[in-house]
Amino acid sequence: MQSHILSIILFTPLLGALLLLFVNKENKDAIRWIANIFSLGGFLISLPLVPWFWAVRFEPGFKFTEGAANNWIPSIGAGYVLGIDGISFLLIMLTTLLGWISILSSWNAIENRVKEYYIWFLVLQTGMLGVFMSLDFFLFFVFWEAMLVPMYLLIGIWGGPRKLYAAIKFFLYTLAGSVLMLLGILFLYFHHYTSTLASTGTGVYTFSLEALYQTAPKIYSDYGPYAATLLFLSFFFAFAIKVPMFPFHTWLPDAHVEAPTAGSVILAGVLLKMGTYGFIRFSLPFFPNVLSNPATFLGMTVRGWMIFLSIVGILYGALVSLMQKDMKKLVAYSSVSHLGFCTLGIFVLTPLGLSGSVLQQINHGISTGALFLIVGILYERRHTREISEYGGISNVMPLYATITMIMFLSSMGLPLLNGFVGEFTILQGTFMENWRWAAWAVPGVILAAAYLLWLYQRVFFGTVTNPKNEKLHDLTPREVLTFVPLLIMAFWIGLYPKPFMQILEQPVNHTIAIVRPNYPQAGSTVNASAKPASGTMQIEIKDTTPAPAPEGSK
Amino acid sequence: MGWTDYLLALPITMLALFAVGILLIDLMLPQDMKWLNAVTAFVGVLFSAGSTYFKIQLLLAENNTGGMPGMMRTMLVDRFALYFFYLFLAATAIAILMSVRYLEIEHENHGEYYALMLLSVAGMMCMAAGFDLVLIFIGLELMAMSTYVLVGFLRRDRRSNEAALKYFLLGAFSSGIFAYGLSLFYGLAGSTNLAVINHEIGNRMADPQYRPVVIVALVTTLTGLLFKIAAVPFHQWAPDAYEGAPTCITGFMSVAVKAAGWAMMLRILIVGLMPLRAIWTPMLVFVAIASMTGANLAALTQTNTKRLLAYSSIAHVGYMLLGLVAGTATELSPDGLKGILIYLLVYTFMNLGAFGVITALRHRHVIGDELDDLDGLYSRAPVEAVLMLVFLLSLAGLPPLAGFWGKYFIFLSLIESGHYVLAALAVIYSVFGLYYYLKMANAMFMKQPEKGEEKLPVSLAMRVAIAVTGIATLYIGLLPNSFIELVNWALGLSQAAPVARLIR
Repeated sequence: MQSHILSIILFTPLLGALLLLFVNKENKDAIRWIANIFSLGGFLISLPLVPWFWAVRFEPGFKFTEGAANNWIPSIGAGYVLGIDGISFLLIMLTTLLGWISILSSWNAIENRVKEYYIWFLVLQTGMLGVFMSLDFFLFFVFWEAMLVPMYLLIGIWGGPRKLYAAIKFFLYTLAGSVLMLLGILFLYFHHYTSTLASTGTGVYTFSLEALYQTAPKIYSDYGPYAATLLFLSFFFAFAIKVPMFPFHTWLPDAHVEAPTAGSVILAGVLLKMGTYGFIRFSLPFFPNVLSNPATFLGMTVRGWMIFLSIVGILYGALVSLMQKDMKKLVAYSSVSHLGFCTLGIFVLTPLGLSGSVLQQINHGISTGALFLIVGILYERRHTREISEYGGISNVMPLYATITMIMFLSSMGLPLLNGFVGEFTILQGTFMENWRWAAWAVPGVILAAAYLLWLYQRVFFGTVTNPKNEKLHDLTPREVLTFVPLLIMAFWIGLYPKPFMQILEQPVNHTIAIVRPNYPQAGSTVNASAKPASGTMQIEIKDTTPAPAPEGSK
Repeated sequence: MGWTDYLLALPITMLALFAVGILLIDLMLPQDMKWLNAVTAFVGVLFSAGSTYFKIQLLLAENNTGGMPGMMRTMLVDRFALYFFYLFLAATAIAILMSVRYLEIEHENHGEYYALMLLSVAGMMCMAAGFDLVLIFIGLELMAMSTYVLVGFLRRDRRSNEAALKYFLLGAFSSGIFAYGLSLFYGLAGSTNLAVINHEIGNRMADPQYRPVVIVALVTTLTGLLFKIAAVPFHQWAPDAYEGAPTCITGFMSVAVKAAGWAMMLRILIVGLMPLRAIWTPMLVFVAIASMTGANLAALTQTNTKRLLAYSSIAHVGYMLLGLVAGTATELSPDGLKGILIYLLVYTFMNLGAFGVITALRHRHVIGDELDDLDGLYSRAPVEAVLMLVFLLSLAGLPPLAGFWGKYFIFLSLIESGHYVLAALAVIYSVFGLYYYLKMANAMFMKQPEKGEEKLPVSLAMRVAIAVTGIATLYIGLLPNSFIELVNWALGLSQAAPVARLIR
């Protein structure tokens, strides 16, 4: 079972979707039950991965690999190869958890065309898992593109009033980025052929990531910095649009506002992470020299631009959030800000920044996923998301107000909750690299507190101003159930992030070793940074870091 | 002329005989038995395919990449020709299935329809297998004449008549120009045989005295070729002809006639005029960019689905032309040509499928070719709507659907041959393409049907046609390996072994 666990996790939702095809579409409850069983099953099946992965967390390379290179389409060299490391492991667990939660949350929200809704949702789930598991560039691309279709339909069929516009915009934006990535992939593929031809005499056409990791960094010396930078950009656009980084974020508010609640949860919780995942998995190890290239464009290096855009995204997203009148839009823009932290953590290129970034991605999935659920619950009851329609909700829905408070605090980064750990680690990693960057990013944290607390004040505090809100009923047990896992995770990561840091240690150190071969290894770095500050976090991380991992390998 | 010559021409003869047979049988059939004509035509297609399979392939030795010349070297039946034979026959078979019910609704259920269809396929085969300018031209005219009539087959419909007239006038004009170019090549080379032309034209080109004539000959020939595949700026006939023609003929034209044009183009340019590559490549680059730009932009605003798909097919020609540019750039990589062949294969299925669904929309008093007619199709015909989505996304080139593979090889060949700017342009335009395909998808899935919720009546034959194209689109998309090998085989890149299962 261990050798096929990834395939099993990958195809469980798809199996559910196929089964649903044969259910009568009038039998809505049966459809809901089947979809929920398969999504919960998908989550439960992924649970054994936790102890198994824990046992091998420090081992180098990808774990649980299955399939072999070039076994799918031998004539072009594409294979069905799956495998995970710590980063993809965490994202997969997040995906299965959020997939279950969002399917559970749509029980009452979706009333028409129930069958198709769940089918597409389960297909989407498989697509997302495939993106995080693929170790073959072609397979990755297929999942990356194929997953757009169900999301497009989810927004377009079950979305809000401007759903057609939002759905097409979402599809076109993401496709525009990914077609350029296709060219980039083809270039790498062809370069692999020529460089193996030069070095061994027989050219090999393959999309296998392991093989491309070997040859791709050579593009910088083979074709020169200019070509390598263009190639970096072709990947950058795909990932930056997905994340979305400023200024490629304009599709996000539309898609989020129009999508059904569960769609927003998945969109924010998982889909956006594909972009950051792509940066970590592909951009960094493929183009280390581009990022370290000191040549400047408009006064900044490539890496400088990345960091600049991240910081602008953090501040811009937060400032725009402050001004929103629509709750969902507010949360959507806050995603831009939070994802800015994630990309900042990636491009500062320090182990702390990178692990903080991955952790923050998980945190964002948990807390922003919860925020969208929260907005969705009010929307289901009142069918409006205008902040001005509400006020004093805590009087009528106390349990709801409590959970909301915790999630708001987690999203804004209050210590002891998950958001704090992620943002703090990122900022710490950034500070070690350049304190000015950290100084620019910190206001994002303050602004986050401002827009979230202000929102909370306007919606929940005071007396009930709108008579329509007097009769709202509090959370049902099903709704509470959707929040329980998220609350547990929020507290767990906030109180005891050590296991997560350990899981991330190997892939993060490995990536940094590729990108910055001369960077001091993890252990010494953390010790050095632990001296000046004395927050609990450093001590935690210091504890988690065993003797410098043997990182010479590969 | 040995009897192998007749065997080589057997698939073509078969079609012609069945065409004549249909005309005769039609006289004896009462009005309510006219569907038997379709059966006869289908059998004819099967016979033609069978004779290709049993007779010709046996003549071709296992590893014979050069093919068999026949009919005094006017024909060359090689794997390339066989590939196109099968392609034409598959497209025709599906188009016949699509036609049965449509003709009944239009009250135009005449035997001539199927006879003309078979005759045009016979012409196409001459184009694909022709190795002599005269045979190619005769094949072209046979095909073109038949399609002119087919386009105007709805005699009581003014749009159909207008389309046929436009198509005929422009087509005849372009054929004239084409014939003029061919005659100049005959004058320059002293022969109409492509191999001789190839040999002689290089010498002529070296002589500055002949250079202007060579260029005039090339430009006029190219005009004729580009007209037949409907590339910008020779595309003006396509939207009108596609819109006016019976929908099933539109589908047939967009795949089979276009594939025949491509077969002819590849034969003439690669076999005959390869020495002039340096001259025709820049022209093709220009035409390709113009086709992608013009067609993709024009398609954005169309409200008639047939016109929209017409423009989309012009855009697809633009991508394929890039494949020709890149595929002939170096001796090393034939990926571009591979791309064209794969493209034509997958295009046959996905575009016929899309036209099949649009044909199915025609019932009783609804013409069904406006974008609004697709509104809410999902609630009226769920299976057809989902398959239509598959076809549209495949046309847009999304993996893992068949259409992706055509684009994949074209982009790959552009990267390999270093045409990075062209590659970037092509992919950007494919995003434009997605927009107008999604407009149709939006209408089907996200809008409410305006004209009532009643189920769409779809005939059995149509269901089979749509199912076959749908399955092919999905299957080629997911497991393209054997088809890629098939194309390698057709281009003589690999020996028969692995493909033998499929063809041969």
